[in-house]
Amino acid sequence: MSTPQRIVDRPVDLAGLVASVTHPGAGAIVTFAGTVRDRNQGQAVTGIEYSAYRSMAERELAAILVEAEQRLPGLRAAAEHRVGTLDVGEPSVAIATSHPHRAEAYEGNRYVIEELKRRLPVWKRELYVDGTREWVAAAPAVEAGR
Amino acid sequence: MAQMHVDVLLFASAAEAVGAPRLTLALEPGAVVGDAVQAARDRAGAVGLPDGVLVARNEAYARLDDLLGDGDEVAIIPPVAGG
Repeated sequence: MSTPQRIVDRPVDLAGLVASVTHPGAGAIVTFAGTVRDRNQGQAVTGIEYSAYRSMAERELAAILVEAEQRLPGLRAAAEHRVGTLDVGEPSVAIATSHPHRAEAYEGNRYVIEELKRRLPVWKRELYVDGTREWVAAAPAVEAGR
Repeated sequence: MAQMHVDVLLFASAAEAVGAPRLTLALEPGAVVGDAVQAARDRAGAVGLPDGVLVARNEAYARLDDLLGDGDEVAIIPPVAGG
């Protein structure tokens, strides 16, 4: 089986991710979608341009999924992050986790999104109503996990 | 001793500051990751690299004092903002 591409130019496929973690031993499936919000820090946002260090982001996201599965035995985790220009409301990231029990399914899903936000070499530039655009700096490391 | 060639990849605001997505450097043997970062910083001129850049060597996060080898790929990684 070929390695799935997890950094994608097309809409994220949450249903496909769910299918990939579904199995008879799973008693819980948790899904997460991060979407483009119409406001950030008081400014009206019309869209976001995402870019990535693609080869490293593929490796890093694969590593995060493996870490989640190792921390929580029985977990299966899958995720995709989209790059390109996205409109308000479109999902930029999707994560599906399954586990025999819900607590671990939730915990694993949370682990993936928090590590992804901390480590994935992905950048975004917000597009504003007035036609300007700005790089968005992530929350400082000490804020990660909030 | 022969010089080493190292590619430096620049992304997002760092690419804008330097005005290019890639630099190719000729460095002396014994050069470290921090030397490649300094070369990028020099090219960024007055604009400067963004604060809080991280660095990767061959697609893995690296330290500034990690030794470089010929053909290595260094990436300047401004504060990430995925999700």
